[in-house]
Amino acid sequence: MAFESLSEKLQATFRKLRGRGKLSEQDVDRALREVRLALLEADVNFKVARDFTKRVRDRSVGQEVLESLTPGQQVVKIVHEELTRLMGEREQRLTFSGRPPTVMMLVGLQGSGKTTTTGKLARHLHTQGRQPVLVAADVYRPAAAEQLEQLGGQLGLPVIRPDEDEAPEALVARAVTQAEKDGNDVVLIDTAGRLHIDEDLMGELQTIQSTVSVHESLLVLDAMTGQDAVNMAESFSEHIDISGVVLTKLDGDARGGAALSVLEVTGCPVKLVGTGEKLDALEIFHPERMSSRILGMGDVLTLIEKAEQSIDQDKARKMQQRLRDDTFTLDDFLEQLEEMRNLGPIDQLLSMIPGMAKQNLDAGQIDEAELNRVAAIIQSMTYEERENPEIIKRSRRRRIAQGSGTRVQDVNRLLKQYQATREMIRQFAQGKGPGSKKMKNLKLPF
Amino acid sequence: MVNETNNNTGGFWGRMKDGLRRSRDRLIQSVDTLLDFQALDEALFEELEALLVQTDMGMLTTERVLERLKERSREQRISNRDELFEALAVILEAELCATEPNRTLTLTGDPSVMLLVGVNGVGKTTSAAKLAHRLKTSGYAPILGAVDTFRAAAIEQLQIWGERVDVDVIAHAPGADPAAVAFDTVKAAVARKNDVVLLDTAGRLHSRKNLMAELEKISRVVGRESPGAPQEVLLVLDATTGQNALRQAQVFGEVVAPTGIILTKLDGTAKGGITFAVEKETGVPVKFVGLGEGMEDLQPFEPAEFSAALLGIERPSH
Repeated sequence: MAFESLSEKLQATFRKLRGRGKLSEQDVDRALREVRLALLEADVNFKVARDFTKRVRDRSVGQEVLESLTPGQQVVKIVHEELTRLMGEREQRLTFSGRPPTVMMLVGLQGSGKTTTTGKLARHLHTQGRQPVLVAADVYRPAAAEQLEQLGGQLGLPVIRPDEDEAPEALVARAVTQAEKDGNDVVLIDTAGRLHIDEDLMGELQTIQSTVSVHESLLVLDAMTGQDAVNMAESFSEHIDISGVVLTKLDGDARGGAALSVLEVTGCPVKLVGTGEKLDALEIFHPERMSSRILGMGDVLTLIEKAEQSIDQDKARKMQQRLRDDTFTLDDFLEQLEEMRNLGPIDQLLSMIPGMAKQNLDAGQIDEAELNRVAAIIQSMTYEERENPEIIKRSRRRRIAQGSGTRVQDVNRLLKQYQATREMIRQFAQGKGPGSKKMKNLKLPF
Repeated sequence: MVNETNNNTGGFWGRMKDGLRRSRDRLIQSVDTLLDFQALDEALFEELEALLVQTDMGMLTTERVLERLKERSREQRISNRDELFEALAVILEAELCATEPNRTLTLTGDPSVMLLVGVNGVGKTTSAAKLAHRLKTSGYAPILGAVDTFRAAAIEQLQIWGERVDVDVIAHAPGADPAAVAFDTVKAAVARKNDVVLLDTAGRLHSRKNLMAELEKISRVVGRESPGAPQEVLLVLDATTGQNALRQAQVFGEVVAPTGIILTKLDGTAKGGITFAVEKETGVPVKFVGLGEGMEDLQPFEPAEFSAALLGIERPSH
């Protein structure tokens, strides 16, 4: 998860505060010094970090806070509010033109992930029922148009590439006309990147903006960028209208300081974040949820949304029925595993659950390979065996192990886990709930 | 030689200085006002802290460097701005030279195999091509391997670069086994009498375990084909990267033990201050810096020039 180290440090700092019944100004100052260091180590802009801690201090040292019953909690609450404010209070949606096509332009430096983001955004809009067309306006970088075409191919979306010696603005104008004709309601422009900001690039982007009406100009920014992030954003917004920022590579252990700095310094809100290499790894940026995640308060809303998006409602209903009837078979078990996998990497999911800090996850590193093994074992069973696992005795076990390339012990373990899951479900059905002793000893198969 | 000391790098490092001038100018104004009033006081150090942190140096290095500066200013009675910056540059240079790291490439293999690794978008492909160009102009016969079979169009990009710098590129179809491409490139090098093999690997987020394992496999495969290979594992780091660069160096270090670092995109406003922490924490020396988009724009790393450019001053005389 992004913000991991920031999150860990802030949580450690506040744990010390929370435990105290009374706080002095010095306690707050000491904690805020740690907060400032943590912010700087997370690549938050130097000035933003300074102003942020000052604001928190001003609000915290008043009598109301320090002499309240839970001063530590109050300070954390203030930090939460200020963090949220720093990132922009509420999420900023993309704007669409009343008269299609809506033109969106992606700008940014080389290597920030512009082309991939163009693909992701196209997919995102396509799943919402829109018909985007992609435009490869990077006429310089070797193979940039090919990359976009491959992405378009994967998504089944049209890509318009430049003719020989066609200027970017001419290409864009042609693309918009073409989109009107073909009924594409969004035109996504992947513009040229440079190693650094220069006059030529800015001139080119300005020309595009003055040739067609651009409804969204999104600055693509690498979340791993250090102190330079705000300089980049500033330089871009000095020359062209930037309507929002897309932070890419906000997975892994990106410090993500830019997410906390960009709005404050440049006034451009973060609208979207890229959270992985796959084309579906693009999320709307929710400041409040992000701030909760950073402070270890979890992000249950995103988790629920993810579940709603990826779980087939129909299947879920059928599954419920089977659970109630106690006819939960190994096939159902497999289906459950697959559903979980569709939600995304498990460690990412777990980080959204309140109280699930990094250290808890490391102990039980979740092994995707183990999930594959379980799937292979179940798929090596006959339909009869899957419906009635009781019939799987020694020779069947040996055959299944051989068929799935595993060992008999693996098959045994899986059958035990299945039994345990079934037992758990039975108890749920009887209304005993998760408090019972059996539940606590239950081990999930991953 | 590849790492010859290049004396007419004025233009090269000069460009880096240009990029830094703006932020320095802002600082120097306040330093000037401060020096008018009193000697080195806390307010001045706070300004210096701001300057250093903004180079992505990180708080640990910044605090250590400023401690030294305080000592030095007591010993030497620094009285003006120029002396102050010169002292600071000397301290920074000393940070980079303390362990006398070897910043030259090992080219003793037959062929010498070099693996370029790093996260996505740092400039691995471009660096591989520029390095090939540099080796070629120094009299070597390099060959490039398009081991990045994952990123859309990465192969084409390297092939276009290969043509530009006139170096052969070995490539398979997109999606092919990266280790197989690496293997074939080494084979081709032996057959075609190339003495340096440059392998452009796929960018991978260091937090993805299976991709890191793949890197290990590539390294193993070339080692089996050519004893002692890879002679160099060059970790490509983007100078605009902040504190995350340290993490990248650590994780790649666990898997493939980098022997050197190429610091790219050092032009513009990025300052690459994270270099100090990376070298200190991992012991892997920066060998080259990339400063531009032309094929000539890859140069040996020079601590003194770098430290001076970081502060936007001329190289100190000491």
